[in-house]
Amino acid sequence: MHLYALPLIFILIGLVLYVVLGGADFGAGFWQLAAGRGERAERLREHAHHSMGPVWEANHVWLIFVLTVMWTAYPVAFGSIASTLALPLFVAAIGIIIRGTAYALRMGASGPRERAALETASGVSSILTPFSLGLVAGAIAAGRVPVGNAAGDQISSWLSPVPLVIGVLAVSVSAYMAAVFLAADAARHDQPELEQEMRLRGLVAGLVAGAVAVAGLVVLHADVHRLYSELTSGAPLVVAVISALSGLATLALLAARRYEACRYTAALAVAAVIAAWAIAQSPVILPGLTVAQAAAPHDVLVAVTVAVLAGALILFPSLALLFRLFLGGRLSEPAASPEAAQATTGRARTWASPGTLARVAGALLLAGVGLLNAADAPLAHLFGVLCLLAFIAVAFSS
Amino acid sequence: MPVPEAIGTILAPAHQAYLLQARQMQALSFAVHIPLVCFGIAFPMLILFVEARYLRTGDQLYLTLARRWSRVMLALFGVGVVSGTILSFEMGLLWPNFTATFGSVFGLGFAIEGFSFFTEAIFLGIYLYGWSRLSPRLHFLSGLPVALAGFTGSLMVISVNAWMNHPSGFRLVNGRAVDIHPWAALLGNSYLWHELIHMYVAGYIVTGFLISACYAFGRLRGRWGRYERTALIIPLTVAALAAPVQVLVGDWAGRDVATTQPVKLAAIEGLAHTTRGASEHLLGWYTNGQVKYGIAIPKLLSLLAFHNPNAVVKGLDTVPANRQPPINVVRLSFQTMVGIGTLLALLGVFFLFTRWRRGRPPNSLWFHRAVVLAGPLSVVALIAGWVTTEVGRQPWVVYHVMLTSQAVTAAKGIPVGYATLVIVYLSLAGAVAWILRRLSRAPLPQREEAAV
Ligand code: HDD
Ligand code: HEM
Ligand code: HEM
Repeated sequence: MHLYALPLIFILIGLVLYVVLGGADFGAGFWQLAAGRGERAERLREHAHHSMGPVWEANHVWLIFVLTVMWTAYPVAFGSIASTLALPLFVAAIGIIIRGTAYALRMGASGPRERAALETASGVSSILTPFSLGLVAGAIAAGRVPVGNAAGDQISSWLSPVPLVIGVLAVSVSAYMAAVFLAADAARHDQPELEQEMRLRGLVAGLVAGAVAVAGLVVLHADVHRLYSELTSGAPLVVAVISALSGLATLALLAARRYEACRYTAALAVAAVIAAWAIAQSPVILPGLTVAQAAAPHDVLVAVTVAVLAGALILFPSLALLFRLFLGGRLSEPAASPEAAQATTGRARTWASPGTLARVAGALLLAGVGLLNAADAPLAHLFGVLCLLAFIAVAFSS
Repeated sequence: MPVPEAIGTILAPAHQAYLLQARQMQALSFAVHIPLVCFGIAFPMLILFVEARYLRTGDQLYLTLARRWSRVMLALFGVGVVSGTILSFEMGLLWPNFTATFGSVFGLGFAIEGFSFFTEAIFLGIYLYGWSRLSPRLHFLSGLPVALAGFTGSLMVISVNAWMNHPSGFRLVNGRAVDIHPWAALLGNSYLWHELIHMYVAGYIVTGFLISACYAFGRLRGRWGRYERTALIIPLTVAALAAPVQVLVGDWAGRDVATTQPVKLAAIEGLAHTTRGASEHLLGWYTNGQVKYGIAIPKLLSLLAFHNPNAVVKGLDTVPANRQPPINVVRLSFQTMVGIGTLLALLGVFFLFTRWRRGRPPNSLWFHRAVVLAGPLSVVALIAGWVTTEVGRQPWVVYHVMLTSQAVTAAKGIPVGYATLVIVYLSLAGAVAWILRRLSRAPLPQREEAAV
């Protein structure tokens, strides 16, 4: 393992998590759209909304993570991809705006008509976004993105069989992830009917995703033969087989209502597909550009690695906390009234009289002006700023 | 620092007929994102303050206030997230050559920013959906990382902007950045600090004045109970304190600009020729190398910029015309910001003074009308400030290193994208207005459901 490949591993991990977690979110939008009309559909939609609420934003940040690490560690590849595939990326971005806004608005919506309108918008964008992002991944895999500022064709680079199949695959995997997630959530909340519905949908979506994956191999064989032969020999083949097996296992587990395990095998299936692709394509990232050539200089790679590892130290415990509270039902159940949360009764402590505080604030302001606006040394500026901020804080509390 | 006119580029710069539209698209996206960001910076702090009040006094009013505000925060945060995501995409969609050439220099800032978004999003989820699920103290604590992440997030993104304005931490060899020291480039940059503090304080000004404007508006419509009064006073006090401080911080920012970006300063002031003891012009319009119809105050510019009435201030003539920013845009937006900033500071001082002398806030209709006006004006000042900074840097995207015209994409279809984005943002604005109205209309319940 070379240092230059390490950020790529981070990117791929981020991608897997985005497909699994963010995908579940888009999939939920898909099911909301597909639910149709009527009371049962309404209940399903409500369930989907409540289940995704607390984790929506966190799930979404994985995409930001992938983008930022990509443009820091492999800037030339990022610039080439973004300029040639501008159209699908733009569509994905618009889809994300609509999805996020609909989500933010949902809590203000009253009445089924408003909700239905929002859910239609969010459902359509929930299909559009994974599809477009799938197009992007497919176009890269098909080797249709040359190095350069919009050097590839803006349409034909993604309008070809492999990207299209990957786009459909992304949508069906999202739908599958969501169904598993929602079924598990329904089971936890003792809603057997909903659970049954989501489980059935999950099985169908899983079968579809599997079929699309197989179709993908056929298309790959016909269209991008080099990648196909890499994928069907050696290590990539082993990983691909792992993916297929976990795909089958996840269906079996879903049928057996073993949701927790099912989620892990589904994640494994996704991870293995992405890994197989990465290994099959390596060492090339774009045609004529190897990962080593694309990578940023050594110091930058070290800095990125340090930042990501340090970030992970904060991130994973926080995520674990969120999901524990959330999956443990502590965040998603309807809340009790505020009175239930008892307040500690009034024991207003004051550690200084208002008069003293006001005088301290005045002194801080004067010192701040002197240091920041009259003096010229950087160190004086530092203390000046600190004085002024302290002035705001002290004056506010007085 | 790299020598002027050393141009860096990796991908071949391409001719882009719609450069101006690309710039406007970027500006539009910023103009949407940045006001929302102010709420990410200051709102968590305000809400935590109110919640702390509740924990201390046990007064239900504070709890109601904190819960209602946190629903607003959730809505604004959601919109902030999507507008920020658009910006991330635009880094590649509009400026692929900028990212390709310098991504390894500044990208780290965004990568770290990503982690602070994670923290913010995760704890916001816990905070907002955990109102009565967590113990009061634990709930309060879960809000602290949100407030902290608002600060670190702006620190990292501003470090990128400061780097673009005052690039360092690399060398250019054949148009490529080599010898890169990303930490030094981002955090070892003297330009970072005034931008960060000025923006952070701006966050409090915008949030404070906008929230109090809503309640002052309600007051004019006759909604005026204890709840509204409290909800007006708390944000207004913060904004009133921050506004005068902002004038001082702005003065510092101006002196930093004078030393590191003399051409930007010359554009801000409309100073055509290098001048000893330069005078400052208020208002007016720049044509033919001078400010027409302005009020000149002798030697003030030299005094303000260099603390010396006879200092030499560099003029626009130090660079050729095609290396000058559009002067009136920069000048006008700067004057707008400073004018509004001064008014806001006066309003703040008036409010604080009355409160201090009379023991209660001003109560006149005129005062409340002024507060209603101050809300939108503070947003105008915010955008005007960023226009000053960003347009004042033109034609460079990375100051003296890369031209904006070299950074731009060669892809077609910018006008279509621009039009689409305008429509999307207009709908977004409508949507935000709608949800805020909805949330404000919701009755003032004593028993409120969770913020779902
Ligand atoms: C509520 C908002 C607000 C208010 C009241 C002011 N500013 Fe400001 N200003 C900003 C919000 C802002 C900003 C956040 O939009 C900018 C853009 C870049 C930055 O660092 O802060 C800015 C930039 C900015 C710059 C350019 C800095 C650069 O290019 O790096 C200067 C010289 C000033 N300001 C000076 C002032 C002065 C003298 C003010 C007082 C009267 C003032 N500002 C009030
Ligand atoms: C990182 C890549 C960036 C690029 C390529 C970029 C480039 C540009 C360009 C070309 C414009 C339009 C200027 C014009 O209208 O003439 C602009 C505007 C603006 N930029 Fe930047 N900028 C970047 C980063 C930032 C950052 C990090 C910030 C803030 C921290 C920022 C703040 C702004 C603002 C507020 C405007 C709007 C000005 C307006 O409303 O007209 N920019 N930027
Ligand atoms: C090129 C410039 C910028 C990019 C690429 C960018 C990117 C983003 C992204 C992706 C988000 C969403 C994070 C999430 O998913 O939770 C976001 C939100 C945020 N951004 Fe920006 N941003 C830019 C400019 C700015 C500026 C100028 C500021 C202000 C100083 C800022 C401060 C924030 C903050 C505090 C948030 C938190 C979200 C909120 O409270 O609304 N960003 N930004």
